[in-house]
Amino acid sequence: MKFYCFHLMPYADLDLDYHKKYDSAWVTLPNSYYDPKKGHILYNRYLDELEYAEEVGFDGICVNEHHSNAYGLMPIPGVMAGALARRTKRVKIAVLGRALPLLNNPLTVAEEFAMIDVITGGRLVAGFVRGIGAEYHSWGVNPAESHDRFHEAHDLIVRGWTETGPFPFEGKYYHFNYVNVWPRPYQQPHPPIWIPSQGSRETIEWAADPARKYTYLQTFSPVSALARYMQMYREEAEKRGYTASPMQLGWAVPTYVAETDAEAYREAKPHVENFFNRFLRMPPEMLLPPGYLSLASMKGVMKAKGAISGSDKTIDDLMKVGMFMCGGVDTIVQKFEEYQKQIGFGYLLTALQFGTLPHELAKKNMKIFGEKVIPRLRHLAEEPAPRARAV
Amino acid sequence: MTEPRQSFETIAGCKVNVRRAGKGEPLLFLHGANGAPLWLPFMEALAGRFEVIVPEHPGFGMSETPDWLDNIADLAFFYLDFMAALGLERVNLVGTSLGGWIAAELAVRNQNPLNTLTLVAPAGIHVKGLQPADIFLWSREQTIRNLVADPALAEKMLSQPLSDEQIDLVLKNNITVARLAWQPRLYDPHLYKWLHRITVPTLILWGDSDKLMPPAYGPEFQKLIPGSKLVTFANCGHLPHVEKTDEYVSAVTKFIEGARS
Repeated sequence: MKFYCFHLMPYADLDLDYHKKYDSAWVTLPNSYYDPKKGHILYNRYLDELEYAEEVGFDGICVNEHHSNAYGLMPIPGVMAGALARRTKRVKIAVLGRALPLLNNPLTVAEEFAMIDVITGGRLVAGFVRGIGAEYHSWGVNPAESHDRFHEAHDLIVRGWTETGPFPFEGKYYHFNYVNVWPRPYQQPHPPIWIPSQGSRETIEWAADPARKYTYLQTFSPVSALARYMQMYREEAEKRGYTASPMQLGWAVPTYVAETDAEAYREAKPHVENFFNRFLRMPPEMLLPPGYLSLASMKGVMKAKGAISGSDKTIDDLMKVGMFMCGGVDTIVQKFEEYQKQIGFGYLLTALQFGTLPHELAKKNMKIFGEKVIPRLRHLAEEPAPRARAV
Repeated sequence: MTEPRQSFETIAGCKVNVRRAGKGEPLLFLHGANGAPLWLPFMEALAGRFEVIVPEHPGFGMSETPDWLDNIADLAFFYLDFMAALGLERVNLVGTSLGGWIAAELAVRNQNPLNTLTLVAPAGIHVKGLQPADIFLWSREQTIRNLVADPALAEKMLSQPLSDEQIDLVLKNNITVARLAWQPRLYDPHLYKWLHRITVPTLILWGDSDKLMPPAYGPEFQKLIPGSKLVTFANCGHLPHVEKTDEYVSAVTKFIEGARS
């Protein structure tokens, strides 16, 4: 297995009482809640944490793009990736991702990713996402065009990386006479592409296609959903005539590990509850603007009442469904081992800082995970599980 | 209430649901963002004087969603085809909200099939400093409370729960509204430049308590459409045809009858 340290860089100094006046930490929360002097300390602290991940044995570190909220303060993730490119020497740097439909010109992503890849000598992982529904409100981008724009932007970027320019690109949303990406990416034919998602059949069918075989990441979901979507990916691969490798499957999950279960629970509780109940707080109209999901998926979500209800979650609720992994070293090792064997993912992306978790606890979490958990899980997923081929 | 005749018509490759009732001059009603799933009392009242034709737009209700549907201009051209295919002439075109926007886009392109034009709290233009409300952030309850001025009417509407089928249609309609009107939000940046082309008699109606499309848009439309008349309903929200049915029917009828002479 490969281990990546995932960070959202939240505005951890957020006034947590904001919800008495505003219904979300996204879109409409005034930016007067953000103090740049505190932000200065936080950015540098978070970069230190990601650099520390290399020291304690992670294979990669992850940054990502979010806009107009207190949840994730990396609107331009390439800035962070650039800073990390020079301070780290070994780890992969995964930008998970750029939100392609939110951008007017996807070629800027082709350039930005190629720059990082060339600077690092091929340590970039290219993540492509559609962005959170709330960001379609903030960015004024039409959610009903989200899927089509994503696919077209993806095609443009990959062609820009792999075909000799200049060439014309004739799309519905993007049209160029001279696609000619300088610099070209260091990794050939192009950097590995990962697709983080909350889960949809359309995305999985697309990522699993033999022409792509992209690594699919299930993010911040219950274990039952993780298992269902990973199985769906493997079935789609079999239908298309090949067996998916564990390295095509990844799980992103907030995790807290300490010396004992009780210590982990006590230390993580307020911070993980803040993460889900304050930083991720938003009404359904904000989370799921019309067209962001297909009509069929939207009907499913509406019928699964409570799935997007606004009620606060406790650490126990979150641990029960596996949206938060928490425990002593033995517990954490045992749980991840069990899930890995059941579900077969090859990448584990742990968010080891979340919500208001302070620096000392985040570092302690990373140190224990890196030094005591990773070595005991490393051997898993070395070979694809043997599987009968469809005849 | 008499039942309207219902049929599906295929126009520009898209099968649309059309309800019709009454006899007389044709009155084509273009619905707003919430669709036209039901035959409503104002339609019935107008059907006493006119042949009232109420299609569900492509992408709404029981009509198909065609691949070609990207923007309001597509629907303007669709309804020009629609009138031609149904052989409608001297049409009294009435559009409300999003439907008013379609009607205005249609009229600037080709008003030959029209006798009159009635725009009810139409979208379609933007006045700097006057934002329409953000309908996409409203919950169903907020939407209903904000659309009508009378709280008792809002309560009555809220007390009628939606069936699963109705919820599905709401989701479908919302996706189409987003596709057509998310960005630029509820307007076409080029429409205002050509509204002066409209020379058929035009009536603009607005509720004085419209919380979605600011009533101050009424005079702006009136300025842009030569010779148009503006009538404002007191204590009325975004849906005068629902909230002030009698006054609305009377205003529309009088206007069309006046235009005949």
